[in-house]
Amino acid sequence: MAVRVQTGDFDLTREVAQLRAAQGARAAQIGAIATFTGTVRDMNEDRGSVAAVSAMTLEHYPGMTERALAAIVAQARERWNIFDALVVHRVGPLFPQDQIVLVATVGAHRGEAFAACEFIMDYLKTRAPFWKKERTPEGERWVDARSSDDAAADKWAAPG
Amino acid sequence: MIKLLYFAGLREALGTASEAMLPVAGVADVASLRAHLAARGGPWGEQFAPVRQLRAAVNQDLAVAESAIADGDEVAFFPPVTGG
Repeated sequence: MAVRVQTGDFDLTREVAQLRAAQGARAAQIGAIATFTGTVRDMNEDRGSVAAVSAMTLEHYPGMTERALAAIVAQARERWNIFDALVVHRVGPLFPQDQIVLVATVGAHRGEAFAACEFIMDYLKTRAPFWKKERTPEGERWVDARSSDDAAADKWAAPG
Repeated sequence: MIKLLYFAGLREALGTASEAMLPVAGVADVASLRAHLAARGGPWGEQFAPVRQLRAAVNQDLAVAESAIADGDEVAFFPPVTGG
């Protein structure tokens, strides 16, 4: 299991290759690799989806961030039969179309790989200490948390 | 000492990222610490007012209002998270 917080970009192909290689002898039993990549959009939904965001800065809580991500991955591994998972999250200055976050899961079957990947992402959105600050024509503003993200995380509280 | 950390918009509004606080009698959990900080008034009173949506972590684990606080702990306050 690996979680990383970094300022630099990541390469999906290389990350997946490393995750597969890290499984050692079990790599041959992998039947499913699910990945999610989040990217920076140039619009803010509070502004009627008008292209307005020219840049953003990601702040985090060093130490707690890695701890929170590791706890989320551990929960996913308890809940679904996956072999491993990877989370890479960028911090610092980012621009529209930049990659922000990567979640990858590997397992024997797609159902568990998909579910674990979505669970990790939903929990990351509501429990990992990251904050986005957007730059718009009117100046900089901190992004408000969205209730739809809470709802997405809450749906996993039900068994299944 | 209790190490206090502030992040994102809260850090900017308070004008500080961290401080060391001597333990205070009667401040033994997140809720009472928050009330203690609000009682400083000014931007503290505004930012830590009960209506403000704030999250807290004790020793780098997400905490609730009843989470205990002791000498030597690291306590962080921050707005709801917006990563991903």
